[in-house]
Amino acid sequence: MQETLEHTPSEEEIRAPRRLIKFNRHDADGLAKRLTGLITLLASLLVPIIAIVLLLRAWPLLSSKPLHDLLLGTEWSPYQGLFGFLPFIVGTLWVTLLAMCVTVPPSLLTAIYLAEYTPSRIRLLIKPLIDLLAGIPSVVYGVWGVLTLVPIVEHKIVPFCTTYLGWLPFLSSENPTGFGVLSGGLVLAVMVFPIIISVAEEVIHAVPQGLREASLALGATHWETTKYIVMRQALPGVAAAVILGFSRAFGETMAVMMVVGNIPQIPDSLFDAAYPLTALIANNYGEMLSVPMYDSALLTAALILLIVVLIFNILSRLVLLRLRRY
Amino acid sequence: MNRRMIEEKFFKCMMLVSLLIVLGSLGLILLTVIKHGLPALNLAMLTQTPKGGYYLGKEGGILNAIVGSLCLAGGATLIAFLVGFPIAIYLHFYAKRKRIAEIVRLVMDVLWGIPSIVYGAFAFILMLWLGVRASLLGGILALAFLELPILTRGMDEAFTMVPTALKEASYGLGATKIETAVKVVIRQTAPVILTAILLAFGRGIGDAASVLFTAGFTDRLPDSLFRPVASLPLAVFFQLATPFPAVQERAYAAALVLTGLILFISILSRALANKMKKHIIR
Repeated sequence: MQETLEHTPSEEEIRAPRRLIKFNRHDADGLAKRLTGLITLLASLLVPIIAIVLLLRAWPLLSSKPLHDLLLGTEWSPYQGLFGFLPFIVGTLWVTLLAMCVTVPPSLLTAIYLAEYTPSRIRLLIKPLIDLLAGIPSVVYGVWGVLTLVPIVEHKIVPFCTTYLGWLPFLSSENPTGFGVLSGGLVLAVMVFPIIISVAEEVIHAVPQGLREASLALGATHWETTKYIVMRQALPGVAAAVILGFSRAFGETMAVMMVVGNIPQIPDSLFDAAYPLTALIANNYGEMLSVPMYDSALLTAALILLIVVLIFNILSRLVLLRLRRY
Repeated sequence: MNRRMIEEKFFKCMMLVSLLIVLGSLGLILLTVIKHGLPALNLAMLTQTPKGGYYLGKEGGILNAIVGSLCLAGGATLIAFLVGFPIAIYLHFYAKRKRIAEIVRLVMDVLWGIPSIVYGAFAFILMLWLGVRASLLGGILALAFLELPILTRGMDEAFTMVPTALKEASYGLGATKIETAVKVVIRQTAPVILTAILLAFGRGIGDAASVLFTAGFTDRLPDSLFRPVASLPLAVFFQLATPFPAVQERAYAAALVLTGLILFISILSRALANKMKKHIIR
């Protein structure tokens, strides 16, 4: 303190006294630019970072066995060091594909209805409800599945199918409970509704109005216009919406796990229990660090999930991006 | 001509049926949860932590899970905001080429699609490396990854809505970019940002797969960042997995509480957005 009092300020210091102490507004701007840029860069690297970290931890297993043994092996017994992922991969595919078969027609028709056939007033009323469907936690979907779908499958659908349709390859059942592929697929189907609907609706809505008017002026009906003009134009985007829905279903964990039965087998029919990859991780991860390779095996499952989801996601996002650019 | 009209009518019917299926499943889910949850719900459940033997049907409540979920989602939303906000600012004010912004947006959309179980596994590996056990901190970390893309994209969309003229007016008065961002654009977009925050918060409360092994579970109220913490979705899941009907009923009640919370948040965010919308310059 004493020193500063005695110190006589020089000419320059008098002219620009502040510059020494406080940093200037434009410096703040430069700092903000660097800081936000750095954070953005780090966040953008998150996808490769996650992939590399998972790969590192999965490597002990991946390097010790040939890949096709792992992916096509059917034996899963961690204590003997046998890790065949096929039952889980097939389980995931069954559930996901079934969900897509159930969910795509009603989702697309709803999207078309909302985009083409409803006045905007009603659309504004319905869209929050669909957002709400997207916001419901997956555990609640699981509870709903256990309380509603599983009993219906067990008491109505299974007896009906074994009595009348048992000769069909996928519809016979030895599984007495309702916990199985069908219940899992149906829960997933409902969970995917809002994703497909909201993306597809947006894409369809974005088709230029002039195209519709031209078609209507030529005498086409409303549906013909939708089918031949609007949907043709919106097709890539609609496909992207469906793929997004697929990848969401592929990675869904809790709800599926609660209704799908979780038995590591390759399901033969819609009513058999299955064991999807996500359920495998959720049921076993965190407590298996003592068994050699187990940890690696579960992270291999996570890696498979990540890779599939990444491929589908990037594909559909690129399509949507290109559409938006036009 | 007739055939064409029949086709028109047919597809219109199918669309209505589809819409009914979609809205009907929403109604059915809500009805099921209310029907099974309401009888099991009582004040003790909301105000007590589990007592001894709770998971065998003795008394207690799920206050630990409710508070735990709020802490987890609150912490995660805070972190996701602190990271996501600068990203949104960068995209709108500093990214020189459109290409960069486009790539970052693509990355965020891809991150949005990564399953929460993968985030859980990733966060768990990070925790192992950092020497953190299943704890509040771990759960917050996992959820923050999950919420980051939701929040960032939400804020990004919000900033897009700001008219260029407004920014230009601010620049014209000599403001720097960061000043324009903080003093003009944020005020303009506050309601939309708030909606995004609430959306992310709701997602954080509802997600179970990512906190499954990162946050653990406990009967105590959360008291430390480094101790396990309970969460509502897991309370539902674990109670449903017990063989006792009395405990399973509590799972339904917990599911009702969870659904109610999510509904409340989404209605709140909508109401806030509508109420504050009138102050926005378009």
